[in-house]
Amino acid sequence: MEAPPLHLALVGTPNSGKTSLFNALTGSRQKVANYPGVTVERKEGSFVTPRGRQVSLVDLPGTYSLRGRSPDEEITRDMVLGRAPGEAPPDLVLCVADATNLRLTIRLVLELKSTGRPLALVLNMFDIATRRGVTVDVPKLSAALGIPVVTSIAVRRGGTADLLDLTDAIAAGGVAPAQENRWQPLTAAQLRATQREADRIIGESVSLPTRPDTWTARIDAIVLHPVAGLLILALILFVMFQAVFAWAQPLMELLSSGFGALGQLVHDRLPEGLLQSFLQNGVISGVGSVVVFLPQIVIIFLFILLLEDFGYMARAAFLMDRIMGGAGLHGRAFIPLLSSFACAIPGIMATRVIDNRRDRLTTILISPLMTCSARIPVYTLIISAFIPDQQIWGWFNVRGLVMFGLYAAGIGSALLMSFLIKFFMLRDYQPAPFMLELPDYKMPRLKSIAIGTYTRAKMFLQRAGTTIFSMMVLIWFLASFPQAPAGATEPAIDYSIAAMIGKALAPLLAPLGFNWQIAVALIPGMAAREVAVAALGTVYAIEGGKEAAAQIGEMLATKWSLATALSFLVWYIFAPQCASTLAVIRRETGSWKWMAVTFFYMLTLAYLASFVTYQIAVALGAG
Amino acid sequence: MTDALPTVTTFPLGQAKRGYSGVVHRIDADTATGSALSASELESRLIELGFVEGARVQVLHEGAVGRDPIAVRVENITVAVRRREAMAVIVG
Ligand SMILES: Nc1nc2c(ncn2[C@@H]2O[C@H](COP(=O)(O)OP(=O)(O)OP(=O)(O)O)[C@@H](O)[C@H]2O)c(=O)[nH]1
Ligand SMILES: [Mg+2]
Repeated sequence: MEAPPLHLALVGTPNSGKTSLFNALTGSRQKVANYPGVTVERKEGSFVTPRGRQVSLVDLPGTYSLRGRSPDEEITRDMVLGRAPGEAPPDLVLCVADATNLRLTIRLVLELKSTGRPLALVLNMFDIATRRGVTVDVPKLSAALGIPVVTSIAVRRGGTADLLDLTDAIAAGGVAPAQENRWQPLTAAQLRATQREADRIIGESVSLPTRPDTWTARIDAIVLHPVAGLLILALILFVMFQAVFAWAQPLMELLSSGFGALGQLVHDRLPEGLLQSFLQNGVISGVGSVVVFLPQIVIIFLFILLLEDFGYMARAAFLMDRIMGGAGLHGRAFIPLLSSFACAIPGIMATRVIDNRRDRLTTILISPLMTCSARIPVYTLIISAFIPDQQIWGWFNVRGLVMFGLYAAGIGSALLMSFLIKFFMLRDYQPAPFMLELPDYKMPRLKSIAIGTYTRAKMFLQRAGTTIFSMMVLIWFLASFPQAPAGATEPAIDYSIAAMIGKALAPLLAPLGFNWQIAVALIPGMAAREVAVAALGTVYAIEGGKEAAAQIGEMLATKWSLATALSFLVWYIFAPQCASTLAVIRRETGSWKWMAVTFFYMLTLAYLASFVTYQIAVALGAG
Repeated sequence: MTDALPTVTTFPLGQAKRGYSGVVHRIDADTATGSALSASELESRLIELGFVEGARVQVLHEGAVGRDPIAVRVENITVAVRRREAMAVIVG
């Protein structure tokens, strides 16, 4: 008979390599990041030991103690104490330590011991420790702590062999039953005493590094310099956006002609009629006009993952703390907000690292204002259709400037909102402390970056394949039925259901300069912003041929005034367009109220801003 | 304990300049009046990051605005804290 799986849990201080170890053991495809506390979701995986024992493993958020000061740390505490609802308590807790930096982990080990759970210590990053000349008397440390201790190198093949052997040995010996739980939240005095005890144990069995990490010191001297540091941060952001727009171009053109050719193929092979129109206009050009943006999305995630893995993100938070503080934001909000440039959903989930509820709420409420990658298709389309490709003042491209302006408007309004929220809704606000470990720099791991980017690209394509696809089919249907009567003079779409819906909404949107075709395109945009591009193509009955997106642009340029185009762009800065973001806000804040607040404040902002833009543009003669 | 020492030699880490290096003398969370945390919570958090009596500290970097926050080497890790909270760490 097969033994039941052994439950293991990975606990440890932030950045000790828990997630890397988790990936190494389970081979599961997860993100490995370097920002303390970046593991916000419970990750479970399984593996089989060399001797054939089935093991299930959970990766827990990093924590310095079991006091549970943030939602993240509460998860860890509850898991360890076996209080987590619906979770089997772990048979063995693996406390993962960064071997170069044992002080805080050994104190955590001493605290963990009081929970009575079977416990083992994993001295991870042993390669770095060895390089720095740290020596650990493992048997002595093990005796002093009264628990098994093994070394590991999570990022090296075979680096977890000792840990696997230990797991087998423990499994073979029969896991010791959990002892009585004597854990109580430690008072400051107890913490202090525990730290003293930890320091004493370390003094006896661990030697100090003989070669300090000079690289981190050297890099920090520049990267954390008050002036140079901010310039570097600005430069990084600039290169990132430059890459998104310039480097992605050739790939996007390739994809776009690929879809064009595919559409043409369908067109040539099938007889004229509904099926041909459905496949070519509904499916291929619809999905194609969104998939084209894959290169941009991959590039933006690549940058974020690289910076996280390198250890730069915590530095960025350090540099931005006071600057963001001016707008009532916490330095830790920088990471979630930066992630929101890729997509607000991971951004909002990453706010769990902010332990103060108010800071967290403010960050959640404003992160949808950051220009997420789903807006890029819409911006690119309108800009290339309406804004001349010209240089001004020698070397600024007008299109680039407009794009920059849209991003700046998003950021600016987010800061303003945060200020207003702090001022009106959270009057008694007290700035929460900013305390953060700045981890040593690490060479980014190609493998983990590749895995992370791949996961994101897959998510995007899945969305294109499901949500976006079904939306496109729906729009095509709404725009094609009922069909135009024989001998009709108007374009076929004028007779469709889509036109009826659009025309019903049009009076509401007329002050913004939106016609009924725009009103139609906005509806599916609620499911996913980027669908609006394809939806416009469908309502304007663009035959999906080569470079559908470019054709949509050319068509719009003849149908819309500049004022309408600008108003549409501005609408997209603010509009609460994406239903999944709203759903995540509801989940993360645990209330419908904050979801509704987000929806209505964004809608109001969008309406007002578009209204003002349109009216001013018309007054200036762009109508 | 070391009352005999002249008090002028100890001061809050929150006032230290870049390059300062010394040893934690004691944690006095009541000195950090600007912090949003209760005294006991602040004390716990500082200890959790390694600020205990006798720990060697060095101020490595300062932020651009108002020289805040500061990056402090505490034994062998680097920690970023705002000066407001660092006021609770009395060094000497
Ligand atoms: N050289 C070396 N680097 C490692 C080792 N283990 C992890 N790393 C690196 O350390 C960094 C942090 O690792 P993570 O696995 O994200 O740490 P974590 O404990 O999950 O961090 P949080 O989830 O943020 O608490 C990454 O850049 C890893 O590549 C190791 O054994 N050797
Ligand atoms: Mg992790």
